[in-house]
Amino acid sequence: MPGNIWVLAEHWRGKISEITFEALALGRDVADQLGSKVEAVLLGHGAKDLASELGAAARVISADHPALAEVVPEVYAEALAQLARRERPAVVLTPLSNVTLGVGTLLAAKLGASAINFCKDVRVVDGKIEAHAVLYGGKIETKVAAATELVVLGIMPGARLPDAGRSAEPPAVVDEATVDLPAAPPIRFKEFIEPEAGEVDVTQQDVLVAVGRGIGSQDNIALAEELAEALGGVVCGSRPVIDQGWMSLSRQVGKSGASVKPRLYIAAGISGAPEHVEGIRGATTIVAVNTDPQAPIFAVAHYGIVGDAQDVLPALTEAVRSRRGKAA
Amino acid sequence: MNLLVLLKMVPDVVEELDIASGGAGLDMDVARMALSESDDHALEQALLLKERMGGTVAVLAVDAAEVDDALFTALAKGADRALKVDAGGVSQAGTRALADLLARVIADGHNLLPVDLILTGTQAIDDLDGLVAPLVAHQLGLPYLGIVTEVTPEPAGKVASVVKEYSGGVRGRFEVDLPAVLGIQSAERPPRYVPVAKVRAAMKTQRIETVEAPTLADGGMALAEVKSMSKPEEAGRAEMIEGTPESASARLCGILADRGLV
Repeated sequence: MPGNIWVLAEHWRGKISEITFEALALGRDVADQLGSKVEAVLLGHGAKDLASELGAAARVISADHPALAEVVPEVYAEALAQLARRERPAVVLTPLSNVTLGVGTLLAAKLGASAINFCKDVRVVDGKIEAHAVLYGGKIETKVAAATELVVLGIMPGARLPDAGRSAEPPAVVDEATVDLPAAPPIRFKEFIEPEAGEVDVTQQDVLVAVGRGIGSQDNIALAEELAEALGGVVCGSRPVIDQGWMSLSRQVGKSGASVKPRLYIAAGISGAPEHVEGIRGATTIVAVNTDPQAPIFAVAHYGIVGDAQDVLPALTEAVRSRRGKAA
Repeated sequence: MNLLVLLKMVPDVVEELDIASGGAGLDMDVARMALSESDDHALEQALLLKERMGGTVAVLAVDAAEVDDALFTALAKGADRALKVDAGGVSQAGTRALADLLARVIADGHNLLPVDLILTGTQAIDDLDGLVAPLVAHQLGLPYLGIVTEVTPEPAGKVASVVKEYSGGVRGRFEVDLPAVLGIQSAERPPRYVPVAKVRAAMKTQRIETVEAPTLADGGMALAEVKSMSKPEEAGRAEMIEGTPESASARLCGILADRGLV
């Protein structure tokens, strides 16, 4: 009997994260292929009630401890390692999110297990786990085999649809487990820092013109602003543009920033790294402009133009203005 | 404050990436190596802390193509020491072996200890079998936090206030006992620019200390084996609009208008 498939049930600020449901759906697919069960591991403090949402798992293992109130990777990994040594799962799926990042790596190190990051799918081939991982900012896909019996997989957002991992029913079994954790951890959570209200809320826009590193300079952002104005939208940016200080933090789209759902999203000079794509999955129509025809953004966009954003943005602004002029 | 920055070279994704004939790795003759982006931020954060609190910055990297450039650039920016580990092929073996190598070099002396903070990038684009920061922290028995964007050590240097990112612009503040290993997402300021002339000057006046690779427990064997590599499938790809910027824009505009988007 092969070991079970574990999903680390990530929750944050009182809510189960979407990626947990995605991982549960993926875990169930793997368990079906392997002939085992998918189980959710719910770690936290005063978070036990969240188990009722994890009905897609055959069983929830819940551990409550004051040290688990917020995710400190070392503490979470230690709790998981103690449980895994007792129960010997075959696979542990850990979300590759900003909340949980690092837990999977530490868990694998503690258990001497293989770790495979950036997984967007997991298959069973000849009874063995084969992870499909995305490397180099989405430019290369790999099939990876684990070298150990237990394997810890870091799951990318979007591996499955979250609804596939939801259940109206509570889980059949919830087991409470105890973990032994240090009383005085060397890392202590102090507080959340809320984002400053931006001058615009990019999550509420119908049209977004997004710029990335390919825009070249801060001055060129004006080209995106002109297009946004012509389209009745606003500009936003990917991480490198925000890190350069070219645009305010409130306009960042992607993993650490906002998840947006406009009717039209124009990505100019954005390569389409998974961290950015994660934030635009809700967009209805995506247009990409990039000099690199191999850029991963073209795999998620609906329409693409290979070219320099600095040339295409003004041309597109002109085309929109002239069409609007005719319509008027 | 003794600061140590771990640097890692990765294939530059701005350039073309090709798959080697075996099908399970990149064609390294074509790939151009560049410093991992978040490592550049880790270096910047260390330099900012040195400016604020005094102390020294050492940078440590495993040998790889173009690594000398990255190390001399770090020296030109204000790092005090640069060390290069002669990898003997381990650099191809994955992040876990790389982190093992770095942790052993740190523990072996080379005047890197005592250290107050070890900074490195939060994640690299090729960290297939683990992340450097938590692996080094685990091996050295130090606390670790990743996705860090602010580091403020207390004057006594025993504890630091560390800010990490979550999503939706929310961040969290943690108190971290030092020494610690932090995975830096972005520095408090954009990485500084250094003129090429200054890097050339560093090449003439400063030196990179070469460290022999320590022996790894399992010979640096990877615990995850890449069976095959491929470029993402064409299915689901964007409809590409050809032409000059003007003609392509006019066509795109027509398509968007048909969909009621313009």
